[in-house]
Amino acid sequence: MKPRAFHQAKWDEEVIFELSAKGERGIIVSPVEKGIEDEVGDGISAVPDSLRRKVPPALPEISQMRVLKHYLRLSQHTLGADLNVDIGQGTCTVKYNPKINDALAASPKASEIHPLQDESTVQGALEIIYRTDLFMREISGLDRFSFQPASGSAAILAMASIIQAWHESRGEGKTRDEVLTTIFSHPSDAAAAAVKGYKVVTIYQTEDGLPDIEALKRAVSARTAGLLITNPEDTGIFNPKIDEITGIVRAAGGLCGYDQANANGILGVTRAREAGFDMCFFNLHKTFGTPHGCGGPACGALGVVRELTDYLPVPVVDFDGEKYVLRRDLKHTIGKVRSFYGVFPAILRAYAWIMSLGERGLREAANVAVLNNNYVLEKIKKIRGASAPFAPGRHRIEQVRYSWETLTKDTGVTTEDVSLRMADFGFHLWSSHHPFIVPEPFTIEPTESYSKTEIDEYLAVLKQISEEAYRDPAKVKGAPYRSVVHRIDQAWFDDPAKWAITWRAYLKKHGNSD
Amino acid sequence: MSDEKPFIHPYIPNSVPGVKEQMLREIGVQSVDELYADIPERLRFRGRMDLPEPMPSEAALKRHVETILSRNRSCAESLSFLGGGCWPHYVPAVCDEINRRSEFLTAYAGEPYEDHGRFQALFEYESLMAELLDLDVVNVPTFDWCQAASTSVRMAGRITKRNEALVADTAGPDRLRVMQNYCRGVMSLVPVRHDPATGGMDLEDLAAKFTDRTAAVYFENPSYLGFLETQGTQASGIAHARGGLCVVGVDPVSLGVIAPPSHYGADIVCGDIQPLGMHMNFGGGQAGFIATRDDERFVMEYPSRLFGIAKTAVEGEWGFGDVAYDRTSFGVREKGKEFVGTAAALWGITAGVYLALMGPQGMRELGQHILQKSQYAIKKIAGLPGMKVPRFSSPHFKEFVVDFTATGRTVAEVNRALLERRIFGGADLGPDFPGLRGCALFCVTEVHTKNDIDALAAALEEVLR
Repeated sequence: MKPRAFHQAKWDEEVIFELSAKGERGIIVSPVEKGIEDEVGDGISAVPDSLRRKVPPALPEISQMRVLKHYLRLSQHTLGADLNVDIGQGTCTVKYNPKINDALAASPKASEIHPLQDESTVQGALEIIYRTDLFMREISGLDRFSFQPASGSAAILAMASIIQAWHESRGEGKTRDEVLTTIFSHPSDAAAAAVKGYKVVTIYQTEDGLPDIEALKRAVSARTAGLLITNPEDTGIFNPKIDEITGIVRAAGGLCGYDQANANGILGVTRAREAGFDMCFFNLHKTFGTPHGCGGPACGALGVVRELTDYLPVPVVDFDGEKYVLRRDLKHTIGKVRSFYGVFPAILRAYAWIMSLGERGLREAANVAVLNNNYVLEKIKKIRGASAPFAPGRHRIEQVRYSWETLTKDTGVTTEDVSLRMADFGFHLWSSHHPFIVPEPFTIEPTESYSKTEIDEYLAVLKQISEEAYRDPAKVKGAPYRSVVHRIDQAWFDDPAKWAITWRAYLKKHGNSD
Repeated sequence: MSDEKPFIHPYIPNSVPGVKEQMLREIGVQSVDELYADIPERLRFRGRMDLPEPMPSEAALKRHVETILSRNRSCAESLSFLGGGCWPHYVPAVCDEINRRSEFLTAYAGEPYEDHGRFQALFEYESLMAELLDLDVVNVPTFDWCQAASTSVRMAGRITKRNEALVADTAGPDRLRVMQNYCRGVMSLVPVRHDPATGGMDLEDLAAKFTDRTAAVYFENPSYLGFLETQGTQASGIAHARGGLCVVGVDPVSLGVIAPPSHYGADIVCGDIQPLGMHMNFGGGQAGFIATRDDERFVMEYPSRLFGIAKTAVEGEWGFGDVAYDRTSFGVREKGKEFVGTAAALWGITAGVYLALMGPQGMRELGQHILQKSQYAIKKIAGLPGMKVPRFSSPHFKEFVVDFTATGRTVAEVNRALLERRIFGGADLGPDFPGLRGCALFCVTEVHTKNDIDALAAALEEVLR
């Protein structure tokens, strides 16, 4: 298959402040009627002089169409999943986000409702949340969900908070001060636990790519508060001893939290309950088809077993037989992890996604995601310079962490180089989370959304870049050529004297030299 | 499975039997089930998830979801005076146009090459907010104001190496709950009393409680209860004199007319950008900002992504990228500052669009109109018998407390009667503020017309008669 001749849009667009023309207006604010002005005057006089803004903010002044055009051009400088074959961002489950779900979320019946309205006026919204909770219980085997966490990391933080509150309620809050995780679990499994004051103990993998159970056995003690772990981990290898791991932690008195941010390969196949977890969460913006939005808004749907339902953030939605109600009377609640009830548009879209697919469709999505992944694995193993470390000969679940180690040794071309060259073909290729346990890593997760033809196209480009690297490494190392911009000079990013996080900081630090 | 008809759903192309067989053949297995060989039988879920039958018809799905949503009565179909952390402001059509673009809506974590536009739009968002706040560093948005306030306080703790924060007791209740959970076990939060007459902080209480263990004072301006804190300079002075910091939460729509907190000594400023172009979304439109001056000690304590501008290999071309990435949990896991991940980037891009449309003149008019309209509402309601409004004597912005106590009616009773007249009255403050039983928080913004406000006053008069 011959890669298509791609060139990304390149508008050479200004930074927005450069578009300012004095006196132009982008939008006119709703007016104040004369009757109001007659009654209260200019409004500002009521504000003490010391609190009045003296100099207007130096925002640009731009007419409406020019603002629109600016942002449309920036959108064309962005490669959303709708435009490319977005299988190169492993761990993140970049799948199709159905347009009908966006349209439903944009309906005023969803977008123009206020969270503090009388419950009788938001029965539809509460019903959506409640029914999605019931769905999640079926998918996980756990007993109740909260949709308040606004991302996977926020759900991890909530799990760590429940671990903390649970031990405090049993008088062991002070003594149980360690949380265990694994190196192939998401960085937030470690980081969010540390936010709660926990000492983080990280278990590394053995040569089979799975967490070292002997190391885990040595690590647990009376100080163990809990475990936060993914399965499959970033390697895509299913850990068949996951129940042994949760058993070890539970026997030591810890709670087990399952990071199922990405559960795309195992829907209806294996569940948190059978694996012995006390808690789990699903990222609705991954497995359940809600858009990633350049990095949120999002939802980490958090589920717990019956013994922990009283620890969930409040309020939760209940059905009393006649109407849906918000309940705040959970005895041990950790309080809140976000304002109101979470990101409702994400919950609504996930509800619609599950409704569209149903039981059979969820299984089919998982099955095809796994089929696609193992197909990609088979093909990538044949690409010169690429490999799939760990578990040789075994199948993987929804993703694989690959390595360009051989390619780098042979040609000097790194993962970063390949990734930048991919941009020339309209594709994205991600490396992996840090630290790079797998040398020169890249992580591919094809999901169920892309056809075989599209996957083949992506693979053809990977193969072509590998061939280029062996033939003409400088070509790859000079990329990108057909993306929006060329190699970015990194010199300003880590130097406090040079970094410029805003346009005004840029002008202060570099404005005179240009 | 084999006796079932193939399940071909529009979202799953490779369900087509011929394709599936071809792919299985290439992998060298007979069935998809073989690919799950690593999952032992004891962990296999062999039951059936109790989920509905598939509804693959888009038309049927649309009808189904719309039927459920029709049970909502939206603020577009009623007259709403609810605020309290989620506010009704006009959303320019261009904001929706941009955040519904496929490119932005479905992008995620591309490199600053193929996703140059995402990086630039968020850099511009930071830059536009920086002008509004008159500070040089702003983060890529976090979840909401609650998270922004929590992180601001934790940042202050790390910068000062102290483990306590004083929090004005008029801060938003959700904010407090999130902060309490976020700080539990690491930092303690101590309330500062307010002056019952003005609503402002009791500075004596603040000064008495601010010790060498105190990292910062946190207050909101305008406060959750709508009044303006006029003693910002004194409060930051007390904090600085004791080696601490001043953290202020602010409503960005006020900043065309009200001085930004950096002008009265705030070191870290936070808040929510939902008012800047986001629909209310049942509370799903929130996104938090954090801003500081460009001081390495502060910048290195942000957990968030910070997008910076840079040069590229080509003269005159702008590039963008992560500033000081190695401070984040993406870089160094639990050794990083708190954690970072997906948060609310699309709302950040949208807020940038909003500020670019509004410009300095728009933000000034917005602030002024909100002042005028909320003052008018206060005046109209205050003219009704038995009403005490505003409850606090400080000047107000956008929201104000209406005290129904003297009318003999509870807030719930008043709101029930208003609801019958298709009006959503102010949020009941009693459950969260024991000192404000019988009081409600009303919100009036630029979207309300004189007629709307007159209608509220007339309805209240009728209800309380």
